[in-house]
Amino acid sequence: MRAAAPRPPAPDGVRRGQSACSDDSLAQTAAPAQAPPGPEELRQALRYLQGVQDRVPLRRNRALQKHLATAESVALQSGLPPDALGQLLNVALSGKHADAVNTRLLKCLIPASVVPGCSVVSAVSWLCVGKCSSSTELLFLRWLIAMFDFIDHKEQLYALYGFFFFFLQDEKLCPYICHILYLLTRRESVKPFRVRKLLDLQAKMGMQPHLQALLSLYKLFYPALVSITLPAKMKTYFKNSESLWKAAINGVRQRNQRTSPVSQQLILGPTRLQSRKRKWNTPLILPASSSSTSNTTVSKEVSHVDIFSPTESFPLEKLCTFSQLLQNIHCLEFPSRMSSVLRNPLLLHYINCIKDESIYLRLNYWMGQALQEECIWCKVDNQLYEEDFKDFLDTVYKAECFLQEGISSCEEFLYKSLPLWDGSCCRLQVLRLVSWIPLNSFSEVKPYLCEPLAQLFFTSSLYFKCSVLESLKELLQNWLNWHVMQLDMESNSEISPLNTTLSGLVNCVAELIHFVGQLCAVALRLESNATFLLHFILDFYETVCDIYLKYNLPLLVLPPAGVFYPALLSMDSIILNQLCYIIYRYRTNLVAAKESELVKKAILQFKFSSQTYQEYNQYIMVMVGCLWTSSAFQKDIHPQGICLDTEVLEKTRVQEFRNSFNIVYHPALTGYAILFLEQAWPHDKTLDFSLIKGKKWNWYLEYLYTQGLEGLKFFIESSINRVSQTSKAKKGSVHI
Amino acid sequence: MDASEPGKAVAAEAGTHLASTTTLSRGPAAGRSRLLFGHTPRRRAAPPSPAPQENADPQKMAFLLRKQWALYSVTPLYKFSYANMKEYSRHLSAFVAAEKQKGLAMVVGIDLSIKVIFSTLLGLKGTDRDQAAILVQIASKTQTTSGKEEEKVVWSGWFCCVFGDELLENVPEDFICLPLFLANGAETYTAIIGTWFQKTFDCCFSRLAISPLNLAWMAAMWTGYKVDSHAVATELIFSVPCIPQRLDISYAIHPEDAQALWDTVQNTQGEVTQEEVDLFMDCLYSHFHRHFKIHLSATRLVKVSTSIASVHSDGNLKILQSKYLIGVLMLLTELAILQIQ
Repeated sequence: MRAAAPRPPAPDGVRRGQSACSDDSLAQTAAPAQAPPGPEELRQALRYLQGVQDRVPLRRNRALQKHLATAESVALQSGLPPDALGQLLNVALSGKHADAVNTRLLKCLIPASVVPGCSVVSAVSWLCVGKCSSSTELLFLRWLIAMFDFIDHKEQLYALYGFFFFFLQDEKLCPYICHILYLLTRRESVKPFRVRKLLDLQAKMGMQPHLQALLSLYKLFYPALVSITLPAKMKTYFKNSESLWKAAINGVRQRNQRTSPVSQQLILGPTRLQSRKRKWNTPLILPASSSSTSNTTVSKEVSHVDIFSPTESFPLEKLCTFSQLLQNIHCLEFPSRMSSVLRNPLLLHYINCIKDESIYLRLNYWMGQALQEECIWCKVDNQLYEEDFKDFLDTVYKAECFLQEGISSCEEFLYKSLPLWDGSCCRLQVLRLVSWIPLNSFSEVKPYLCEPLAQLFFTSSLYFKCSVLESLKELLQNWLNWHVMQLDMESNSEISPLNTTLSGLVNCVAELIHFVGQLCAVALRLESNATFLLHFILDFYETVCDIYLKYNLPLLVLPPAGVFYPALLSMDSIILNQLCYIIYRYRTNLVAAKESELVKKAILQFKFSSQTYQEYNQYIMVMVGCLWTSSAFQKDIHPQGICLDTEVLEKTRVQEFRNSFNIVYHPALTGYAILFLEQAWPHDKTLDFSLIKGKKWNWYLEYLYTQGLEGLKFFIESSINRVSQTSKAKKGSVHI
Repeated sequence: MDASEPGKAVAAEAGTHLASTTTLSRGPAAGRSRLLFGHTPRRRAAPPSPAPQENADPQKMAFLLRKQWALYSVTPLYKFSYANMKEYSRHLSAFVAAEKQKGLAMVVGIDLSIKVIFSTLLGLKGTDRDQAAILVQIASKTQTTSGKEEEKVVWSGWFCCVFGDELLENVPEDFICLPLFLANGAETYTAIIGTWFQKTFDCCFSRLAISPLNLAWMAAMWTGYKVDSHAVATELIFSVPCIPQRLDISYAIHPEDAQALWDTVQNTQGEVTQEEVDLFMDCLYSHFHRHFKIHLSATRLVKVSTSIASVHSDGNLKILQSKYLIGVLMLLTELAILQIQ
């Protein structure tokens, strides 16, 4: 069927959760432009079907046939509006018509929007009167199951729990009744007498899957009353009731463009099927979050009282949405096994707001065991389960990211297992977890974290080196972010939650940066200054250079010469550009520090040492000398710097060697210079670099800026004081 | 070869403990272990006065002897209450019955053919701060030929903590610390009971394997205990990893000889040190080498049996002397605590 028929926009009034069944909505929802029966015909059909007094045979009754067809066609096309649906349901169950009519009516009861709860209540009352045949009753129950999610006021239905329960006795209806009860059961529905009844039924009928399902739900709510273990092979517990209406519902839904209500999921059994059979005490199998049973295991008398007056707490099994969390946050139960929170973001939110020591202890005990017992490189037997373990480490990492905190048992696991790690299995996962190691006194962590990591670092591939640097960068960022958060909290509460002093913190961070600096310098030697590695190194320093301004921590550590010079002399323009940007940010941070030092001289506890300024000035002089004033090899006094005797340089027979690292001749930039020459002098094929001077120098500079060398721009504009428009520059502002 | 050994060596060398300067970490300082890396201490207090506590029930103590117990470590039990043990019995009985007959629901509290009994084991404590030990037993009812109903214990397990101060120190009241669990009976029952405990008290069970280093400690310390009667040979079993079949070497020493050797080695008052244990083992090794030209130090110690108890590196224990029950459990409690921290 084509969906091209113009549908009127869904009226605002007809939504799930609203029982108003106005004529207005009827008129608008049931008006297919092409299908013959309009709202008026439907109204007539309803009037006719309700008006029938005695059983009329369907055959040879043209009027009945016509009206029935009208109702069916409207229903299948666009669904029935709530009031029409209620009326037809009433007709179908009142026993006025023959079974064939009732069946056809029930089959076409497709809601356009919702099924009004009140109509279901009256339908159930017809069931109690026993007017309709058993096949109609059965069909109604199946319809009810299929439509359960569309019912708007379910609380009316909950009140009928006892009625439905009574129908369990009917052997034919029993499977469907069980399904309905399953959908309706809440904790307060579970009563000892009902458990007894169900057990009687089980004794009579044997192990029926529908009874098992209902009983295990009871057990879930009240483990103190009943115990059942479901067979592992069981897949379906209930017969499929939806099939008759499914296609029609989907059709109507598509045409009406309505999102379907969230359907209730079965909450039985393991949520994730295990890949292999594992030991019973494998901690890796994360349980589904279920309510704690400990509150129900009180003494017998109390527990019965408890059952008759249900507690106010909100069971975790029902927690599906964030708004539910917000509404019930005061009365949520803790999960019986804390490990279940890891895969449940709502519960992670929850434990984040609760300050209860036992939560973390439970989580920590379990996680410590899980990591220790399942670690695949610590225990030979575990190697089969590498995928499971990877998955688990991923879950832990995600939880840490969510909580923005490291988990201490995970930290201890890393210290214990890193010395044994080969650096390849679960590499991604392990290195990610490293980035969440909490801020500790570095000297204490060093033997456990840095030494094994450094050993692996020096002996592994370039890519491993890069991933280690990446994770150490993230570690640094996490520490810095944490510090910023602490500053916020302190300014709010005036109470420092920690007794770590600022100087302790500064020392830790500084030590980490120095450690990484050493790694970087050695790695560059080992990998012959690989550009790829330099990218990761400079990424790290991009965080380091901004610590003072961005994270409000009085600390500035410059990269070691082993990093600075390879970057400065890199053949890659991106590296050079990034270095320029980093040096520019160092400058900004240093200037800001200097200024605040001048402003509040007395109160400033920390100031950067003169050595930092000296180091910075050395670097910047070299950079300006190389890139701008064409005085390379001249003034570099750094022991690792680029300073050569003039005789040696002359022996190389390179003319004008002093120019060789300026922005024209620098190996990373010559490519740009050539392109620039080609554009500026399209006919000159000699590529004479010396043409770039004076005004052309400035043009060339502009050209470089347009090529995306933003870092260079920041650097030159901030660090070079261009007195005039000549190429001569003074580095007057360089010294701070 | 146990891959965890090198790590232990590294940690032991480093030797320092991380003070709880933590901060960024999720979890209270209390949860942090003082002994960070679970390595064996360099020295241990010599066996405490070995007499079991006065209020011990001799019948129950005798029940624990001469049975093969599988050792487990258990993290602290959350919200376990000694007052509710009757209730736990009812639930666990129904749970076991339901597990045995998958798919059939069991009402809690009715008379079932399988019954779980909880009781406390008095006297199994090191200090007053240790929690009382718990004994869990599964009894199965059977009809005898004479038509009488008879209860037969098919499985037993007990939780205990002897001198567990280390663990107790920082744990809040909600938790009951009984880190050592010993089970005797079919593994399926252990699995059912363990699962129920894990679910109900949010704890974790792990097999407690005993490293060769700790086995050497046991060999030395137990040799030092004086036995009045039923002295049996001290036997050490070493395993040589060969292909295709493993080779086991059994080394039996007359108990008096072993004790005499230990007495010459042991000279620090009130404690036993790692050096003494090493020396004791080295003496045994060199003696063996003199006769058989085999370096036992290159093999792996997998089992130790003495007059006091025998223990296998898999984590199976048999206690033979009630007099030294506390001493044996103290060392095992310590190992269990190291494993769960």
